[in-house]
Amino acid sequence: MPFRTEPMTVNIGPQHPSTHGVFRLRVTFDGEVITEVEPVFGYLHRGTEKLAEERNYVQVVTLTDRLDYVSSMTNNQAYCIAVEKLLGVTPPLRAKYLRTLVAELQRIASHLIGVGFFLQELGTFGGTPLMYCFRSRERILDLFEMLCGARITVSYLRPGGVFSDAPADFWPALDAFMQVFPGELAELEQLVLENEILMVRTRGVSPLPLDVAVNCSVSGPVLRASGLAWDWRKEDPYDAYDQVRFEVPVGTNGDNYDRLWVRMQEVHQSLSIVRQCVAQIEPGPVRLDLPLVLRAEAGVEAYGRIESPRGELGFYLVSDGGISPYRCKIRSPSLLNLTVTEHLLVGWKLADMIVSLGSVDINMGEVDR
Amino acid sequence: MSCQLAAGNILYENPLLRWVYDIAGTVAPCWAAYLAAGLAFMLLLVNGVLIGTAILTWAERRILARFANRIGPNRWGPFGLLQPLADLIKLLTKESLTPRSADRIVFNLAPILMLMPALLVVAVVPFARNIALADLSIGVLYVLAISSLTILAIFMAGWASQNRFALFGAARGVAVLISYEVPVVLSLLGVVMLAGSMSLNDIVAAQAVPFFLVQPLAFFVFFTGVSAELNRTPFDVAEGESEIVAGYHTEYSGIKFAIMQAAEFGGTITASAVIVSLFLAGWAGPLAGYLGWLWFLLKLGAVLFVFIWVRATFPRLRTDQIMAFSWKFLLSLALINLVATALEVYFLRGDSRTLTTVDLWVMAGINLALAAVAIGAFGRLNRAQVQRVRPPLPVLAPAGAPAGKAV
Repeated sequence: MPFRTEPMTVNIGPQHPSTHGVFRLRVTFDGEVITEVEPVFGYLHRGTEKLAEERNYVQVVTLTDRLDYVSSMTNNQAYCIAVEKLLGVTPPLRAKYLRTLVAELQRIASHLIGVGFFLQELGTFGGTPLMYCFRSRERILDLFEMLCGARITVSYLRPGGVFSDAPADFWPALDAFMQVFPGELAELEQLVLENEILMVRTRGVSPLPLDVAVNCSVSGPVLRASGLAWDWRKEDPYDAYDQVRFEVPVGTNGDNYDRLWVRMQEVHQSLSIVRQCVAQIEPGPVRLDLPLVLRAEAGVEAYGRIESPRGELGFYLVSDGGISPYRCKIRSPSLLNLTVTEHLLVGWKLADMIVSLGSVDINMGEVDR
Repeated sequence: MSCQLAAGNILYENPLLRWVYDIAGTVAPCWAAYLAAGLAFMLLLVNGVLIGTAILTWAERRILARFANRIGPNRWGPFGLLQPLADLIKLLTKESLTPRSADRIVFNLAPILMLMPALLVVAVVPFARNIALADLSIGVLYVLAISSLTILAIFMAGWASQNRFALFGAARGVAVLISYEVPVVLSLLGVVMLAGSMSLNDIVAAQAVPFFLVQPLAFFVFFTGVSAELNRTPFDVAEGESEIVAGYHTEYSGIKFAIMQAAEFGGTITASAVIVSLFLAGWAGPLAGYLGWLWFLLKLGAVLFVFIWVRATFPRLRTDQIMAFSWKFLLSLALINLVATALEVYFLRGDSRTLTTVDLWVMAGINLALAAVAIGAFGRLNRAQVQRVRPPLPVLAPAGAPAGKAV
């Protein structure tokens, strides 16, 4: 006689320990196996795109900080590149290097958060790996504080350059960080990467085939873990990325382990980029002498995109000749990466669901905008 | 007075209890004096376990914090030692909610039922020479039977809460606990065979060589199995906080939550005490006649530290992986250990029908080699599908001057 079971629908979130902010999943379970999943979001909607239409071009930078609040620098970068394309200006070389440098530091910090919470969701209760990640992230945030006085919502980049040049004591501090961090990273990798339990929990779990990933417009580490070396820093170099050498780590299976592995490897590559920036940077101006209130020509459109830690982050700006954008559309990687939720989760168990969601590394500030 | 205890009685052997017994015997009938002495010891034990629980919560938080580069609670009292008291006051003054849809009786009964096994098991644990509440001749059986009662309480809590996360937790907890009963019971048979008795007192006395050396496989299986039964990492699926919020105790708050936490930590303490008695020679050590309690506490602390250490290090397994680990790996090891021990005891003990210290050392040698081979072989079998990590991509060397050039 077949054993009859009833499907059970559970709301995971919006208040749940591991939904990365206020994110809700309506999940139907058969036992512990997921049969249906429906992501529900919008709890963190703040109307950033509309607010941007009410502020002048420089003021909007502060709004972009609040999009993906664990990688504000890259948000600034994407927006500033869009505005520069709109105005048809190029920032000075030193500013480009500074931007590249802080963007890579931000990528390290963001990946540390992503990896740390991924491991937390795997159930390292004491939070040991998470705290290892936070220890290193704190150092990066301290560096940001030296640059601009803020740690999270930095607003360091401006259209036409950066807010101000790095203070003199920033470079020794960066050097000290570069001395310490590889050791801390090695400690973290030693703790987790070859852990047998981590392997059985992540290897082959929730694989994302490349065709699905491409069809769903997935970008960033999630796409690269599925096997495509697609990185805007390589495909369409912005700022100083055409001056530095780095490799694009690519996974093979697109499973949870590959996503973790790609992030860890990108941290190594970012470190290398930071080293090269420090070696190559030359003295000079860091900001174009632009008017206080920027105006673009009427009818001009521009799309600025970068490779943010989560994927392709784009700002599409339309000008009507006024002091603020006529329209500001944000292409946020987290939102588009969420489209593969169903492919990732259906057929897997509850415990895998949380981990797979963590491996996509979404940020609700960016999803809901 | 005329009350006299038999010389073998454990109350008679313990000077403190005999003193209580004699005093009470002067004013009350003998059975009442006996009851008074027993109750006095029970009072000591129950409070000892509960205070130990408080200290363990503090120790676990402190040690986990140190593992994770944090400081941990250090505000109240020296080294934050009074933190458990503050937590207790907080929990006592909170409203003790019962969800409207919950089954009131079962919901409120579950925490109490959960605490009981933890307190009952210590009755048979010998803390030092002649210090045990009861020297049951079926001690091991009693420990196993009582500790498996926790399943019932977990399922009651999860089922009565009418919460889906709690139900998940309860179902997982029951599945794990039932799977791990089997290897745990089988692993203890080897110990019983060696000691020739199920009494924990006799088992401690039989450990001329600590049994974790003589029975390494049984020690490994029992330790792992007990971690699973206690919902300790990496087997804490029943309350996996990142997945199902808090598992079976999601709906519990206030004093009921406090009792559940006490049950959990108390269970860890009593299980560690059982491990110390069965495998680490209990209170044995230099000057054991006087310092037995000290040796016992030191060994207890060491075992608890290992529990906390594991918790700070490992991620959590999935429920089906935990079951596979039990049935495919631990059960095989327990059976190997059982057969090996039976053969060794049969051939080594000779006509005297007792095992000498030399016999134990011989067995320790054989069993340690056997454990290494068995764990290695079965581990390899079980990890066949897990590939090795591929080598990392090369990190390109920076093109220009060394890092840190001030500009």
